[in-house]
Amino acid sequence: MAAAGAGAGAAALAAFVQDFVAGQQDGRAAEVAAGVKDGSWTVLQLVEALGSCLENTDPRTRGRGIQLLSQALLQCYSLLQEKEVLHLVLFYENRLQDHHLVIPSVLQGLRALSMCEVLSPGLAVSVLKAIFQEVHVQSLLQLDRHTVYSIITNFMGTREEELKGLGADFTFGFIQVMDGEKDPRNLLVAFQIVRDLIAKNYALGPFVEELFEVTSCYFPIDFTPPPNDPHGIQREDLILSLRAVLASTPQFAEFLLPLLIEKMDSDLQSAKLDSLQTLTACCAIYGQKELQEFLPSLWSSLRREVFQTASEKVEAECLAALHALSACLSRSVLSSDTEDLLDSFLSSILQDCRHHLCEPDMKLVWPSAKLLQAAAGASLRAYHRVTRSVLPLLLEQYTKHPQSSQRRTILEMLLGFLELQQKWGHVEEDESSLLSLQAPICSVVFSALTDPSVQLQLVGIRALTVLGSLQGFLSPSNLELVVDHLIRLALHEEDSQSSEAAMEAAGSLAPIYPKFFSGRMVPRLEEELRSEWEEESSHDHCSLQQRCLQALAAVSTHTSIVRETVPVLLQHLRKVQKGSEARNAQDVVSVCQSLHRLALQCQQDAEGCWYYHQTVVPCLLGMSVQAATQESTHPLLGKALLEEEVLAAMVPVISAATTHLSPELAAQSVSHVVPLFLDGEVSFLPQNSFPCSFQPFEDGECLEAQRRLVALLMAFVCSLPRNVAIPQQERLLQELLALSCSCNCPFTATTAAKCFAGLVNKHPAGQQLDEILQLAVNRMEPGLVEGPHRTQALTLLLWVTKALVLRYHPLSAHLTDKLLGLLGDMELGPAAADGFSLLMAESPDVLHKGCHADVRIMFRQRFFTDNVPKLVQGFHGASPDVKANYLKGLSHVLNHLPKPVLVTELPTLLSLLLEALSCSDRVVQLSTLSCLQPLLLEAPQIMSLHVDTLVTKFLSLTSSPTMAVRIAALRCAHALTSLPTTVLLPYKARVIRALAKPLDDKKRLVRKEAVAARGEWFLLGSPGR
Amino acid sequence: MSCPTPSTTGRSSISCREGRAGPGPLGRRRRAGQGRAGQGSSSFLNPAHLIRSINDPEHPLTLEELNVVEQVNDAESTVAVEFTPTIPHCSMATLIGLSIKVKLIRSLPERFKLDVHITPGTHASEHAVNKQLADKERVAAALENSHLLEVVNQCLSARS
Repeated sequence: MAAAGAGAGAAALAAFVQDFVAGQQDGRAAEVAAGVKDGSWTVLQLVEALGSCLENTDPRTRGRGIQLLSQALLQCYSLLQEKEVLHLVLFYENRLQDHHLVIPSVLQGLRALSMCEVLSPGLAVSVLKAIFQEVHVQSLLQLDRHTVYSIITNFMGTREEELKGLGADFTFGFIQVMDGEKDPRNLLVAFQIVRDLIAKNYALGPFVEELFEVTSCYFPIDFTPPPNDPHGIQREDLILSLRAVLASTPQFAEFLLPLLIEKMDSDLQSAKLDSLQTLTACCAIYGQKELQEFLPSLWSSLRREVFQTASEKVEAECLAALHALSACLSRSVLSSDTEDLLDSFLSSILQDCRHHLCEPDMKLVWPSAKLLQAAAGASLRAYHRVTRSVLPLLLEQYTKHPQSSQRRTILEMLLGFLELQQKWGHVEEDESSLLSLQAPICSVVFSALTDPSVQLQLVGIRALTVLGSLQGFLSPSNLELVVDHLIRLALHEEDSQSSEAAMEAAGSLAPIYPKFFSGRMVPRLEEELRSEWEEESSHDHCSLQQRCLQALAAVSTHTSIVRETVPVLLQHLRKVQKGSEARNAQDVVSVCQSLHRLALQCQQDAEGCWYYHQTVVPCLLGMSVQAATQESTHPLLGKALLEEEVLAAMVPVISAATTHLSPELAAQSVSHVVPLFLDGEVSFLPQNSFPCSFQPFEDGECLEAQRRLVALLMAFVCSLPRNVAIPQQERLLQELLALSCSCNCPFTATTAAKCFAGLVNKHPAGQQLDEILQLAVNRMEPGLVEGPHRTQALTLLLWVTKALVLRYHPLSAHLTDKLLGLLGDMELGPAAADGFSLLMAESPDVLHKGCHADVRIMFRQRFFTDNVPKLVQGFHGASPDVKANYLKGLSHVLNHLPKPVLVTELPTLLSLLLEALSCSDRVVQLSTLSCLQPLLLEAPQIMSLHVDTLVTKFLSLTSSPTMAVRIAALRCAHALTSLPTTVLLPYKARVIRALAKPLDDKKRLVRKEAVAARGEWFLLGSPGR
Repeated sequence: MSCPTPSTTGRSSISCREGRAGPGPLGRRRRAGQGRAGQGSSSFLNPAHLIRSINDPEHPLTLEELNVVEQVNDAESTVAVEFTPTIPHCSMATLIGLSIKVKLIRSLPERFKLDVHITPGTHASEHAVNKQLADKERVAAALENSHLLEVVNQCLSARS
């Protein structure tokens, strides 16, 4: 049976061989290989079947036979026995001497064998020797050369020890193999082999220079991939691969460095950049020995490039290379008898750059300073060497040059060196040249701070910040001076830039020296705030007070300072709110802004945050409740604290003080605040003797003032973390709902609606939520139909819809449909259309991520896909006088949509957008234009189909009576130029003529856009664009 | 052709700047728009802003470092621009003048009468250049020369 099977197998094999060799049927190779794999026949049988063709006198037939064998081996080399491998190797080695037609197949076979694990020791070496001896690789085709590289790579991976036994002969053989290689695919492999030769310590022997020659001849790489290159090899791949070879061993240094120096002088920028980057890479492994001889020429090349080049890229690479050189020299260990190369190298740099720093015209000042800084930044030793010489010089130059612009340049250079010192942290006592210069540096910086030039002041302030961050540099007496200067600049400097920079600097220095700032700056600011109060307010004092408030907030970057500044600000707030003039409201708002900034600064620090919350929130609530409960003839008049503007400014303060509280502390706080509003529980407020009880949710005419404080409740309760339970939440929600639907004051009603929405958004899903929502819908729907409170009902609808859209609540679809229906309403339509912007935009006070609202990602996209078809449909069905509402709603939705989404949806919407351009409502025009402008830039192909309409509409809108529309139309006309030129050329003359008119517009901003747009249209289709 | 084609003989021919671009441009002279500029021009788009972004024909830099001084009279609708090449033999003077003129033609309403000339005493062939720039016909003819228009447009296109 077995014999019969074997017999049948042999017959089949013979037939396959015959088909492949004589019949030229390539497909048979796969079947033969499959047969070997599944055991139908052995490799030996295959060789026997091939027998006659392998001995045939015609080289083509022999080649065909070997090809079949090689292809079979490539499939099943892992099944071979050690003995079989031995015989096959000997056979193939022998065949290498055969006719050149046969060689490609022989190499394939050897490649298969090179992957065998059972290859006996010694065979790898003999295969390679045979290849090196018999094959002239570079006369082969690309694919066959690649096969040779693969054989070598395979052996290097598995038989490293054996190949190393060959010694330098292996290296030499490989050099001969790759010499003259031109194909980028092969070069990538060859470079990898060279890298491995070096990295794995193969013996290079006397062939170092040859190996360098055979690779460096490709440097700098000049290769542009052919268009539609299927292999995807980029120039960058070759550059990086060759760089890895060249920068892999210090042995190449003596050959490589002269080459790099030569190529740095090349006219080709790419060659320059490549040389510089390669030099930088080399410095990572080179030492003193390699660099020594070439340092002078390297330096002179780098210097020449930095001094002469106009390209920032070349300059940056030069500086990086110099930094690397200096770092490399700093790394070397000094022995007593050798010369310190770093020292002499830096000396030559100093010698060449120093004098430029003092030339009167200061022509090469910046290049020299950059070179010095690059060298100094490499190590602490280099830094000391350079600064010891340069800093005194700069300080001297500063006093020599009286002009502020020159002084500014010098100080900026000084600043650059000081910033380098930051890298090494604190100033060391023994070695530091910096510490010995403490006095002159301080005096230079202080003189800059008192200079009338704002630019110089700004650099001075930056320098001050850097000096302050060097620990141990500024002495206590200097620090006092620093603080005094900062106070002076922050409060009394006329230029707002300097003043802001000084506050910024105070903020960054305060955490390092909290004692100086809390002990010196805070009392001074407090004093200023007080003294001002006694005098009658003039404009100057008003701005001084503003500055004080800003400075107090800016300096509060450390917990200990916060504890001093918060009481000062609150004290000041108590004072200003007592007045009744309009200015008082403004003052209260300023204090609130400072408090808000302070809150943001101490959010991250748990302890500071709790302190702030505990101090500020009850105080603000107490003052407002006090104001609201006071008896007065008119409930709102004469109470700065109750004005809308002021309450709106307090909202972010309370919100920021609450968002970062830990859940336990927040729960503690919520147990005080909610009863205050629901039951008038005032006991936790700092001063709790009020003229009458606090009942914001009660009915009553005189309670109007108290109801407004719902804004503060909203700020607190909507900013709580989601896992904090709110006591009596259901009752609170019902009260808010009632207030929002029935209150006559729009501010109060809106705030109540927002607060309700904020709570609903965070309310856990379930029956309770459904009940409260049902209640809201029941209140809202009759209110929307008729009655005195239609606007309030719409506001509530908008906010509740937003809350539900954000969290993907199923009811949101119903509410959105309700809103869409209102677009057709004559009275509420415009407001409903504007409401779409509210739905899509980020709201500043409630319902955003910062206050822990439940916001799903991509809710905008979802809203878009759900509702835009309905909007479009509604538009087509609407009566002419309400069509604008639909367009407005649509353009609001599109405006807030991410641009990539918009581009894909564009074709369906474009005709509608173009219609919106003819709409007479300027809000629609403006939002449509701002929607179209990015589309013109991003989807020019689609837009160019409508070029005629676009040109006409844009040009007619450039004479709109609204300035913003004119500007937007001109921007669109400018953006039109990114459409294909051929489409635009017919309109060129017309557009240029039409744009002459806005050139003479009475508004400067319009003229500016007109100039830009017209200039670009002139260039269209002109030569030299 | 009245205007010289731009020479490519090297960087030395342009000396319209001193020093190098850097954070502290100490070497620069007054910026365009300082000096006498600004008086009477506050009501209109300051031509200095229009001109400052013109590219130098031979460098990747703008004419901002060039000493450009101008006088504008909105009521009488005249604009006079004086520019100063820093060496008297700057071969690009005509081209720079032409670029300024073209930029202003494109950017100002038609009612303005333009006068672009070299600051007296700063160029070797000052009168010849001024005459060329003042001659409407020659400016129009120059802009029909596509090679010259290309160079001018290159000076005027916004750098990416």
